[in-house]
Amino acid sequence: MDKRVVLVTGSRKGIGRYLAEQFLQQGMIVEGCSRNAPEWNAAGYTHHLLDVADEAAVKTMLASIQKRHGRLDILINNAGVASLNHSLLTPLSTVEKLMATNFAGTFLVCREAAKLMRKHKFGRIVNFSTVAVPLRLEGEAIYAASKSAVTVYTQVLARELAEFGITCNVVAPTPIDTDLIRGVPKDKLDLILRQQPIKRLGRFEDVANVIDFFIRPESDFITGQVIILGGLHGH
Amino acid sequence: MSELSLQSKPHRAAVAEIVIAGVREALAMATEPPTTEVTEDTFLIGQSAVLDSMGLVTAILEIEQRLADEHDVTVVLADERAMSQKNSPFRSVRSLTDYVLQQIQA
Repeated sequence: MDKRVVLVTGSRKGIGRYLAEQFLQQGMIVEGCSRNAPEWNAAGYTHHLLDVADEAAVKTMLASIQKRHGRLDILINNAGVASLNHSLLTPLSTVEKLMATNFAGTFLVCREAAKLMRKHKFGRIVNFSTVAVPLRLEGEAIYAASKSAVTVYTQVLARELAEFGITCNVVAPTPIDTDLIRGVPKDKLDLILRQQPIKRLGRFEDVANVIDFFIRPESDFITGQVIILGGLHGH
Repeated sequence: MSELSLQSKPHRAAVAEIVIAGVREALAMATEPPTTEVTEDTFLIGQSAVLDSMGLVTAILEIEQRLADEHDVTVVLADERAMSQKNSPFRSVRSLTDYVLQQIQA
């Protein structure tokens, strides 16, 4: 079998970088993207500088992957932004920014990636939600709503792409010690942890474990599913 | 192929050829390929359509891919009127050809 080709969005830092490095260790060809240049590089890794909400740039990135590798097997839509604010104090621009990156960005990369995947009748798409959705977290209304949109979109997409051998699933991490939660106050984090059956912060390994399961060739009967870390449910 | 022809935008005849090839490809992928000849008058949506909705999706994606492979042209053939019988740019090979040309020139 040819080397598997994987695209990880938001691979400059945090979970995205961790996943990209894991895939490289597993011998995959790894493509990544982010708005700013990463401070890391590795053999077998190609980085694209772009905003996932930029339609033309996303299209160009996928065309480049097709040209160089002739295929894309796995897409990990990790790129995302968060915002902590009371709904009544949230400017429209924040809503537009979150929906553009978290929802429209996920949509665009899925659309263009699926076009490549369908040719080989194989594909694995993993999108990202958050525990803020099942917990209906106060202060995260817009972030949670944008990720809820990702979940429903993924589940409909799972139906539309099933006949192409492409599965679409969602992983919903708990808070992990990354830049995304750096602005969240400690008492807020403790409140989240208290509501989790398993009361600890998430680790990159926890997310990677769920993704490993979703992308295995044997998981071809698993689609439209949401796995929430930490024991939560009810997305 | 010269570098110049790679960079120049395709003419209508070339686009029509690509659209017809994309529709043929989608027909060939259907379980029971009909013997219909594909011309500019072939309908893609509605009662006389030669493709079902998934066949139409396949045809559109084939056309996008051929434009990229053969002419180095990157377009997204997506339109909110896609499934409308009256206004869809995808309703026939002719309208789709016009639409693709429009998108290339945009």
